[in-house]
Amino acid sequence: MSKELIRLSQCTMAFDGEVVLNSIDLVINDKEFLTLLGPSGCGKTTTLRIIGGFATPTSGDVFFDGVRINDLPPYKRTVNTVFQKYALFPHLNVFENVAFGLRINRHGGKKLSKAEITQRVMEMLEIVSLKGFENRDVTSLSGGQQQRVAIARALVNRPKVLLLDEPLGALDMRLRKDMQNELKRIHEAMGITFIYVTHDQEEALAMSDTVVVMDGGVIQQIGTPEAIYNEPVNAFVADFIGESNIVDGIMIADGVVEIFGRRFKCLDGGFAPNEPVDVVIRPEDVDIVDVKDGMLTGTVTNITFKGVHYDVIVDFKGFKWLIQTTDFCPVNSYIGIKIDPDGIHIMKKSAYSGMFGDYSSYSAEYDEIGDADYEPEEPDIEEAPYEA
Amino acid sequence: MKLRSLAIPYVGWMAVFVIAPVLIVLGYALTDAAGGLTLANFQKMGEYTAVFSRSFLLAAISTALCLLIGYPAAYLLSREKPRVQRIMLMLIMLPMWMNFLLRTYAWMSILENTGLLNRLLSFLGLPTLNIINTPGAVVIGMVYNFLPFMILPIYSVIVKIDNSLIEAAQDLGAGTASVFRKVIFPLSLPGVLSGITMVFVPAVSTFVISQLLGGGANILLGDLIEMQFLGSAYNPHLGSAIALVMMVIVMLCMWLMNKFGAGEEQAVML
Repeated sequence: MSKELIRLSQCTMAFDGEVVLNSIDLVINDKEFLTLLGPSGCGKTTTLRIIGGFATPTSGDVFFDGVRINDLPPYKRTVNTVFQKYALFPHLNVFENVAFGLRINRHGGKKLSKAEITQRVMEMLEIVSLKGFENRDVTSLSGGQQQRVAIARALVNRPKVLLLDEPLGALDMRLRKDMQNELKRIHEAMGITFIYVTHDQEEALAMSDTVVVMDGGVIQQIGTPEAIYNEPVNAFVADFIGESNIVDGIMIADGVVEIFGRRFKCLDGGFAPNEPVDVVIRPEDVDIVDVKDGMLTGTVTNITFKGVHYDVIVDFKGFKWLIQTTDFCPVNSYIGIKIDPDGIHIMKKSAYSGMFGDYSSYSAEYDEIGDADYEPEEPDIEEAPYEA
Repeated sequence: MKLRSLAIPYVGWMAVFVIAPVLIVLGYALTDAAGGLTLANFQKMGEYTAVFSRSFLLAAISTALCLLIGYPAAYLLSREKPRVQRIMLMLIMLPMWMNFLLRTYAWMSILENTGLLNRLLSFLGLPTLNIINTPGAVVIGMVYNFLPFMILPIYSVIVKIDNSLIEAAQDLGAGTASVFRKVIFPLSLPGVLSGITMVFVPAVSTFVISQLLGGGANILLGDLIEMQFLGSAYNPHLGSAIALVMMVIVMLCMWLMNKFGAGEEQAVML
């Protein structure tokens, strides 16, 4: 688990002078499930293509098992890829698609016998639950089935690393969840490294050993899903991974932060006295209490039923927070909130400060729209005057 | 339903200018000068076996040469940058905007015994060649005139092959040669088939090229048919019969090829 397999060292990639990858350093360990996560254009796919051999970094080095492989063409790498739109060969049936890599006489290796090829293809079709489909035309398969063929076609070559480029992007919600479990199962069964590219943070958290959050061609944070969620390094990561309220604060001393002129206990430290910071408070870490017990008080401006909980928007001095609670509180009700010290996470100020974490533009469709191409459509929320 | 009615003008056009003429040809072929039903026209065709075989042979050779030259050209063209592709396509199509007769006359003056080619050869102190009025000259003329019809369909199929398929093949261990053999070539077959059709059909029925470059000794089916309608041998009944037989043979060739290439989707034929 801890043996280093791939190392990107100060890799920069520029197309026509436009930098899409800015001097990234990344170590990928053997047998790890690592996810490159970020919005479109963040450089995650470029990173994957560099590892796959489809792109050569403008500067910097790529090492595989300690050997520099910058100029090694894709067909000489012990890496296989599941492409975004599957890229199945339309002129070949399922069996021949999967057998494609086995039929290639790889230099050095000897050609596999017909029986060996058949055996390995059938074995792999069994693993991806496509037994009985071998003679089917790939164009006649559903998206989920094509996906499985693509995975089988890559894995049958027994690569050391499987690269997956947003492989679930074209599938519907239910199928995605199934395939997530399926991929995790295959990862465990094969015992190889998976490098997974996605813009879906839930997918990343659910599947990965390590998540690499990227934006603007720069790695923002590398860590376990728990670390990324609980200890985001900056406002971008906090906002991209899950919902978060991000407010300006001042670090009075270790363990004490001032928000909206009030002091809160927290668990973080190591900042300069009175250093301005970004404070992240996850919606589920806020408790709604009576006004007299509240650390802060505000007015409910919107409430949406989400099934497991309500999304409540509360106005604190013009800054709107998202709170997730199972208690119903009607619009315009005046409430207090309480936050435990471990619900407050302090981040250094960054270029992303002030860009995220305010729910003023919240609408009920917010979640459906997601992070991609979000354009605020503000509903007329009745603004109740705030009274201290 | 409304959209379908838009096709009515074309259906009418087809009926008047395609179906009706074929029926007229059929009528002529099955009758004699007196108007009586007869198969004599078809029997008489036995005399022209040499012309038939020469036509199909020269057309086949020309088509093969066009494929041999056109496929690599189309493939290499598709690998170029878009800007280069546009310029090269222009250059390929440019001669087609020049009159067909003019182009063929130009070849005449190149290949003549005292033409440009031989003058160049003798200038260089090399022996001159006798090309004009040989089957070779006819083939040169066909290849020159019909090459764009081979390059364009192949190019347009290759250029549409999804780059991710090529990357997938590379990813699975295929080097440049394997990628071509196992992915690009099989996927380009529909273009090859329609290229072959678009070259072979006009080549087998041409008459200008053979007249201008082949001289009187190398007449083709086209010339033979022309002679029956416009020449001294005036016999539209025989001409119709020859045209009909040629059409059937061509259709048979295309059908066989289609069958051969079956399994490849969307073979654009006939």
